[in-house]
Amino acid sequence: MKMNKKKTLQKSVVSNGGIYAITYFFVLLFVVMVGYYVHFMVFESKDVINNSYNKRQDLLAESVVRGKIYGAGKEVLAETKTRGDGTEYRYYPYGAVFCHVVGRSEHGKTGIELSENFNLLTCSNKSIGTLWNELNNKKNPGDSVVTTLDVDLQKAAYEALGNRKGAVVALEPSTGKVLAMVSKKDYDPNEVSENWESLTEDADKESRLMNRATQFTYPPGSTFKLLTALEYVRENKKYEDFTFDCDGQEIFSGVKINCYHGSEHGKVDLKKALAKSCNGAFAKIGTELNFKKFRKLCNSFGFNTELPTDLVHTNSTFALKASSKKEEMPQTAIGQGDTLITPLHNAMIAATIANKGVMMEPYVVDHLETEEEEIVSQKEPVEAGRILKEKEAKQLTDWMKNVVDKGTASALSDFDYSVAGKTGSAEFDSKKSSHAWFIGFAPADHPKIAIAVIVEGAGSGSEYAVPVAKKLFKNYLGN
Amino acid sequence: MENIVVQVSKYVIIFLVMVYSLYGFVVFRVRKQETKLLFYRHQMTLMYLMHLLCYLLLFVHFLDVKYIFLYLVQVVFFGVITWVYKKVYRNMSLLVLNHMCFLLSVGFVMIARINLALAIRQFVMVAAGMSICLVVPFIIEKFEGLGQLGWGYAIAGVALLLTVFVPGLGVSKYGSRNWIQVAGIGLQPSEFVKIIFVLFAAGFLSKTKKFKNIVKISCLAAVYVLILVAENDLGGALIFFVAYLSILFVATGQPAYILAGFGGFASASLVAYRFFGHVRTRVEAFRDPWSTIDAGGYQVANSLFAIGTGGWFGMGLGKGLPTSIPVSESDFIFSAISEELGGIFAICLLLVCVSCFIMFVNIAIKMTNSFYKLTAVGLSVIYIFQIFLTVGGAIKFIPSTGVTLPLVSYGGSSVLSTIILFSIIQGMYVLNQKNQQQNNQQQNNRLDRQGEKE
Repeated sequence: MKMNKKKTLQKSVVSNGGIYAITYFFVLLFVVMVGYYVHFMVFESKDVINNSYNKRQDLLAESVVRGKIYGAGKEVLAETKTRGDGTEYRYYPYGAVFCHVVGRSEHGKTGIELSENFNLLTCSNKSIGTLWNELNNKKNPGDSVVTTLDVDLQKAAYEALGNRKGAVVALEPSTGKVLAMVSKKDYDPNEVSENWESLTEDADKESRLMNRATQFTYPPGSTFKLLTALEYVRENKKYEDFTFDCDGQEIFSGVKINCYHGSEHGKVDLKKALAKSCNGAFAKIGTELNFKKFRKLCNSFGFNTELPTDLVHTNSTFALKASSKKEEMPQTAIGQGDTLITPLHNAMIAATIANKGVMMEPYVVDHLETEEEEIVSQKEPVEAGRILKEKEAKQLTDWMKNVVDKGTASALSDFDYSVAGKTGSAEFDSKKSSHAWFIGFAPADHPKIAIAVIVEGAGSGSEYAVPVAKKLFKNYLGN
Repeated sequence: MENIVVQVSKYVIIFLVMVYSLYGFVVFRVRKQETKLLFYRHQMTLMYLMHLLCYLLLFVHFLDVKYIFLYLVQVVFFGVITWVYKKVYRNMSLLVLNHMCFLLSVGFVMIARINLALAIRQFVMVAAGMSICLVVPFIIEKFEGLGQLGWGYAIAGVALLLTVFVPGLGVSKYGSRNWIQVAGIGLQPSEFVKIIFVLFAAGFLSKTKKFKNIVKISCLAAVYVLILVAENDLGGALIFFVAYLSILFVATGQPAYILAGFGGFASASLVAYRFFGHVRTRVEAFRDPWSTIDAGGYQVANSLFAIGTGGWFGMGLGKGLPTSIPVSESDFIFSAISEELGGIFAICLLLVCVSCFIMFVNIAIKMTNSFYKLTAVGLSVIYIFQIFLTVGGAIKFIPSTGVTLPLVSYGGSSVLSTIILFSIIQGMYVLNQKNQQQNNQQQNNRLDRQGEKE
């Protein structure tokens, strides 16, 4: 590189224009970055710090009394009390009734105690009084969580399940509010420390600590026929012409399919096949369906992916693929095979049909408030998306009403309002009784509640799940 | 009573820093010299008060007399160093000096909070560095040919960078091979080569605008960047790259070079993403730190926990958990500050850095010599861009690149090289002021003589 000698003698050949440009660029960059920082502090930090990996909760507990957890009607579900010696403990007035959904705060936090941990340990009331407490090293009250849970409904569901294993999820279809969530077997969170060893040892395989409503997956059984029917409707314009002659047992793609306890339904169309839950008819439908499209439909309902909700849950799976063997289809079409679903997810499917095809994100925390009942943050319902056309939702609703009027859920037909539903009896072990399922909603025309009920290893849905559903509807909507 | 003091101090510190950073911008609008000097004195007072309160809080929290000793030594240090610097660097920018002391004091406090032993080491390094840099103005004044040493800088820089590959000398740290171990002291050559690199680029580019020459110089600059990439020091590579582009842009006034540079950057990023596992890890940690919280996302997630939990007013010194963030004393010190001193403090800290940068650029604009001008531009960009990388990484604005916050973070190489950087800019400013004064005097003399004639 030869340098021009003359130029080196010149004073300045560089203009300042470029320097100004660079200055503006970097100052702007910092303005944007500070903007992002402020955005994080204002909008995101609350969710971010409320993470079980954040180790700072014990620090907060030193200066804040953990807030209360309330039911929708401001019934206390969990509160912190102080013993005579000044130590604090968490008290759950309803004992085991809310043990999974509200959770516990000792021995590993769960439920709302976990998900709202930081909010419960944050005092949003910034007044002279709280400042004074801060200065005098006195604890301030943490924010309270007001849930969407209906205490009466929760108690009814809890009692209806009785001593059986199972789960109940009740949602408000138009918002996604969780009205009730019960899982059995249960435990008393007030005595979790005393019983910790036997609970974790789980000698009787009862899984009392697990929330079956969100964490256990079951074969959906005949409740899944709603999706099979929907796929058939989508693939066949003349779906109303479908007929099948049921004689209780038939072979499809080399697989023998029985109707429940070998009952013969005779000649059925789609409506009647659903009402009677005819396995033969749906296995037949299955042989005619396009695997790829069926999988796409199920994925759109939330199978094989994270459900649109902040509630901790296990994902449901739909194993059938475009490349699957023909022999897998008959079982899959009737909700057996390798399909697995959580009770929460099944309730969401019922709620989506009830909400005219729009799925709402289920949520259990309605709002946060200070001890003075000032609202800190209010949850607004969020649409997860339109899954069904309104026409399709209406068609499914009509068929589900028929299940109640003339089919397997006829025990629900004597209310003043009409109920839409579908039963299921999911086989999981040929030697044991099937899981009893019911999903549905009411009133069928203006749904206020959608539910999923599963009673493990009990028998048929009609016999064991429908009576539970009946108590729920009666409690929530009256006779 | 003790708690009242602790709580009130927390808010007072925030107030002091707010006023301090406000002064950092107000002085740009003030024309009267006396007012400026008054504001500078106020800033120093605010800095001393903040420093005092912070150490008071540390003492109350840890109840260790060492904090009081460290505090006293540091106060004496600040007093002596500002007095000496004002003598040695005549007509220096007092704003830059104030900011330097302010940033150092914040670093001293925060490192002392995290680890007292490190704080003492850091203080020794800073004291040594500030003393050594007293010679910088003499060097700049005596050696007028500094701008002619283009090849010298180029070769020295590359050689220094390559030392990390010498067996027995180079050491790997945090997955990057960018350290050397000399007589028990760890050094990061790239921190010093940054400055040599700027001198090299400014030296060459101040003398030519020919396309052919620019291509040659750019190839040489690319060698630097590639060596850094080979060392896995991607943050360093990025800083060198942006500094070079800025110098090139200012030297030529051609936006096309910037565009070409960004084109090159985009393709290089894609290649890096595809071929370097640790680049992918960082990008994934940036996209979603939560799903990889047990592995790659751990650092960023903990940084965000710290910042979020601290909120606007902070947990208070000693009341947070900054040690839960890996390397909180260096690469993630911004998160530690944000957690304990609060979001308002952290933003004010950024404002001080920006004010410092604006003053640097002002100096660059005032320079009459091209080489000095380009050097000032390059050093300013290195300074501000490094802050952008470390803070942006800590708050998940950009993927984290593992660089330090200049003057604040713990790290001998980092703080020494930044002190040298500040000193060079100040030294050039001093020389420029001197030359201008002489010119003015000569002009005045001429005018006087003309007046006599009439």
